Amino acid sequence: MAEQRQILLAAHEVAKHFGGVKALHDVSLTIHRGEIYGLIGPNGAGKTTFFNCLTGLYRNEGGHFVFDGVKLAADAPHKAAAVGIARTFQNIRLFGNMTAIENVMVGRHLRTRAGVFGAISRNPATRAEEAAIARRADELLHYVGIQERAHDYARHLSYGDQRRLEIARALATEPKLLALDEPAAGMNGTETEALRVLVEGIRRDGVTVLLIEHDVKLVMGLCDRVAVLDYGEKICEDVPAVVQRDPRVIEAYLGG
Amino acid sequence: MDTLLQQLINGLTLGAVYALVALGYTMVYGIIGLINFAHGEVVMIGTMVAFTVIVSLAGSGMPPLLILSVGLLIAVVACMVLGWGLERVAYRPLRHAPRLTPLITAIGMSIVLQNVAMIIWGRNYITFPPMIDKRIYEVGGASFTNVQVAIVVLAALVMIGLTYLVQRTRMGMAMRATAQNQHVALLMGVDIDRVIAMAFIIGSALGALAGCMVGSYYEIAHYQMGFMLGLKAFTAAVLGGIGNMAGAMAGGLLLGIIEALGAGYIGDLTGNFLGSHYQDIFAFMVLIIVLMFRPSGLFGERTGDRA
Repeated sequence: MAEQRQILLAAHEVAKHFGGVKALHDVSLTIHRGEIYGLIGPNGAGKTTFFNCLTGLYRNEGGHFVFDGVKLAADAPHKAAAVGIARTFQNIRLFGNMTAIENVMVGRHLRTRAGVFGAISRNPATRAEEAAIARRADELLHYVGIQERAHDYARHLSYGDQRRLEIARALATEPKLLALDEPAAGMNGTETEALRVLVEGIRRDGVTVLLIEHDVKLVMGLCDRVAVLDYGEKICEDVPAVVQRDPRVIEAYLGG
Repeated sequence: MDTLLQQLINGLTLGAVYALVALGYTMVYGIIGLINFAHGEVVMIGTMVAFTVIVSLAGSGMPPLLILSVGLLIAVVACMVLGWGLERVAYRPLRHAPRLTPLITAIGMSIVLQNVAMIIWGRNYITFPPMIDKRIYEVGGASFTNVQVAIVVLAALVMIGLTYLVQRTRMGMAMRATAQNQHVALLMGVDIDRVIAMAFIIGSALGALAGCMVGSYYEIAHYQMGFMLGLKAFTAAVLGGIGNMAGAMAGGLLLGIIEALGAGYIGDLTGNFLGSHYQDIFAFMVLIIVLMFRPSGLFGERTGDRA
């Protein structure tokens, strides 16, 4: 039972194919509460497909996810958000024509409720809620370290800042699991180091992190456990030190 | 000189109405990429409902301004329900259909609404009872009425309110987020169905208001009036950059002024060969020119990748 309570996300034999290509072949894995879990693999191994199935952007053909003890519906992105899964994207997907702080405020949508009648009537409860949204958004920008860019349009932010903004927006939904899709892609050494510190802080604050990453050094230094995908199959799952020495992993990365 | 000033004033009045109707087109287009061709008919229904309410209250001894306000309010509510119903019944089931399908459905809904209106209100012109004692003001050789002032002021207030709603409130932010990226908005927990319904409801409310303005201004209504008005407002939305709200407001005002100036000078320009009843050609000349040379409109950023 103690083991059961530790598990935040369990994927059971998740399968997805595109035409004849098996993008995911019965992938099972478990992520424990409070850990940083790495998902790595060569290009095209199915990492992002796994994310898309998890967050309901794709409908998986086989298997299912159990999150926090509840089985997830197959294709409902806003339900994934509601149960507590937030994600960022490999190719950044911000609301470019909105300011940084507005992007984060949209993330608060899920946890707030004022409707259109509140918006029109401007009653005190609505005003208080909107003030709270703005305050929380400001805190989150501060948290990821881009508070001074709050009123710049998202599309005008530097690449690294856009990545941070995406993380702030995801955190605004108050997730239990934060899924980061290649957050260090295109970052220089300094930015990557800052990202590492940020992700560790997020975990310390009680959010479980699922990390897809190409930067093997970052993954090995940061993650508690790592799973390796190759051609849609999980070939290994263990602590970084063991994964690094696994011959199948070395084969997948260096061979073939 | 006085023709110029006079036509600018008339154009501003007309433009305020176009702007309100254009907002209905542009909000829906911005969010789901659909040109709701039935929107002009929603405006017409708004005029007709206001007409019915005003006529049936006319003998009740209520103050005229109150009657007009009640008529306006009921028309707005009726159109909100109509806009919501249209989305729910006609467009939502086609959300994932090819783009042409909802477009043709919109044209179909437009025809249905016209015919329903014809059955209810008849095929003749209806005289919209004037509820405001008309006062005429003279400035610099041009004249305008208190009705015109009321139209322009009310339209301006509503547009300021709408801008506030969209720019500053939680609901407005959800609408803008949905317009930019539906998938990501979904992941942030935004209820897309609600946001889309809101776009229709707000657009229809603005349309009803515009319909009442047209009724009070021309003091006439007809079951086919929504067609031309809708087409002009659509032109205004395209002129400003469809999908862009500031563009719809600016495009509406600009189109109203172009049309009024055109009507004022067309006689002089063509040696009285064409009279002011040819004013409609200006709106469509504008539409053709914009589509040829700047299809994204004055304020548009996105090019026409959606039809």
